[in-house]
Amino acid sequence: MIALDVVPVALLGGVLGLDVVSFPQAMISRPLVAATLGGALIGRPSSGLLLGAALELIALETLPFGASRYPEWGSASVVGGVIFASHPEAAQGAAMTMGMVSALATTLVGGWTMVKLRQLNAVWARKRRAGLEAGSRGTVIELQLMGMTADFVRGAALTAIAFLLLMPIATACVAIWSTDLRLSRAIVVATAASVAGGAAWKLFHSTAGARLFFVGGLALGLFMLFAT
Amino acid sequence: MTSTTAPAAIAASPELPFGTRCAMLLRLLAIQGAWNYETLLGNGIGFCMEPALRRLPGGVHSPEFHAALARESRYFNAHPYLASVAVGALSRAELDGEPPERIERFRTALAGPLGSVGDRLVWAGWLPFCSLASLALFGLGASTLTVIAVFLVMYNVGHLALRIWGLNTGWNHGLRVATALGNPVLRRGPQQIGRAAALATGIAIPLALGRVIGSSRSFMGGVLVAVALGSFVIVRLQGRIEGWRLSLIVLAALVLISVIR
Repeated sequence: MIALDVVPVALLGGVLGLDVVSFPQAMISRPLVAATLGGALIGRPSSGLLLGAALELIALETLPFGASRYPEWGSASVVGGVIFASHPEAAQGAAMTMGMVSALATTLVGGWTMVKLRQLNAVWARKRRAGLEAGSRGTVIELQLMGMTADFVRGAALTAIAFLLLMPIATACVAIWSTDLRLSRAIVVATAASVAGGAAWKLFHSTAGARLFFVGGLALGLFMLFAT
Repeated sequence: MTSTTAPAAIAASPELPFGTRCAMLLRLLAIQGAWNYETLLGNGIGFCMEPALRRLPGGVHSPEFHAALARESRYFNAHPYLASVAVGALSRAELDGEPPERIERFRTALAGPLGSVGDRLVWAGWLPFCSLASLALFGLGASTLTVIAVFLVMYNVGHLALRIWGLNTGWNHGLRVATALGNPVLRRGPQQIGRAAALATGIAIPLALGRVIGSSRSFMGGVLVAVALGSFVIVRLQGRIEGWRLSLIVLAALVLISVIR
């Protein structure tokens, strides 16, 4: 792996990490999109989408409510998407498991880096309290730009480090994978869908009539699945 | 989004130049750029209002401008999209020359509702709905571009409409903006979108499962049973461990078994 390979991945991770909270929150950082873009970097967007769909099912559980601490899916999904798409289709079950584990591990660290960034933003604001209390236009704009720049750097650095660390591990694991590949893929997707089922219950169980809509939807979904 | 505004209030609205409005809207996309655990959105509110505050008598060098910017950059919390309502209403109040104490009280009162309504409407409603509808499309075999485009366009039409509506409504109503928060979309929207999202969940999960599993359909019955059991376990474990952390543990165990065996 040469350093030049990391640059586009890191830049994409930086941009998508920025989208999570700072700018513009257009949800290009959702796993469905981010992992697809990661796969597109390797020339296989459809592989990225496959992993993105599984990650999206898990990400439904962690929505960015208020000041709560949540995982950072943007950079993490790029890492997962690139790792998955870099492996041959013949090893898809193993590569998908490694892509998911890589993305979930990165999202764990990513959430922690977001907390640190927010603490850093507070330190910067404290140091500029005099300017803020005086209503200095320069100070207000400077804080905003510093926060966004730091967030971009955070996302890019996280993506680069995670990619450099996890890509060789994933490749080594895929090479000696012993579990049946179809079973591996089934376990990955069943785990993701279980989280989505739990998340759906958490989100909608208090909404009047939602259970009926869910059961109706499930019947329709199962019918379409087995009819096609 | 329809407004419940009294026509007189709108008629009395002073003009906010198009350029200023666009600058505020663009800045609203970066409202959380300096988000921190002490002032939360505070600096972002000041940042977004700054183009409007330049219109205070005396411009950016006047004591009025500095006092207003200092006041508006203090602690504030709201949903990032609905914070546009606060940005519009507070800009109007500042340019109308409302007394600072009144603006402070209004700021404090506005934060709570804008947070809870936004969370229910967007994070617990619109985002999961768009995500699940796109997953259902993915499950139905739509192309990569279609799935991504549908998700991004659908989500962002709602996202941008909410920001634009919020800024305009806040500006038009000023300190009387509370009446606009009774808008039917904000009151009944979360429940309606919640139902639609529940329907989309039911459709999307089996279809997405089917597409990811692909040719391994022989596993489908077992996978569906496993999903039902897994969902039950995750609901039962709620508050003790989050599902995504549990997924990491399960999949890391699968990796260990697969490489050690």
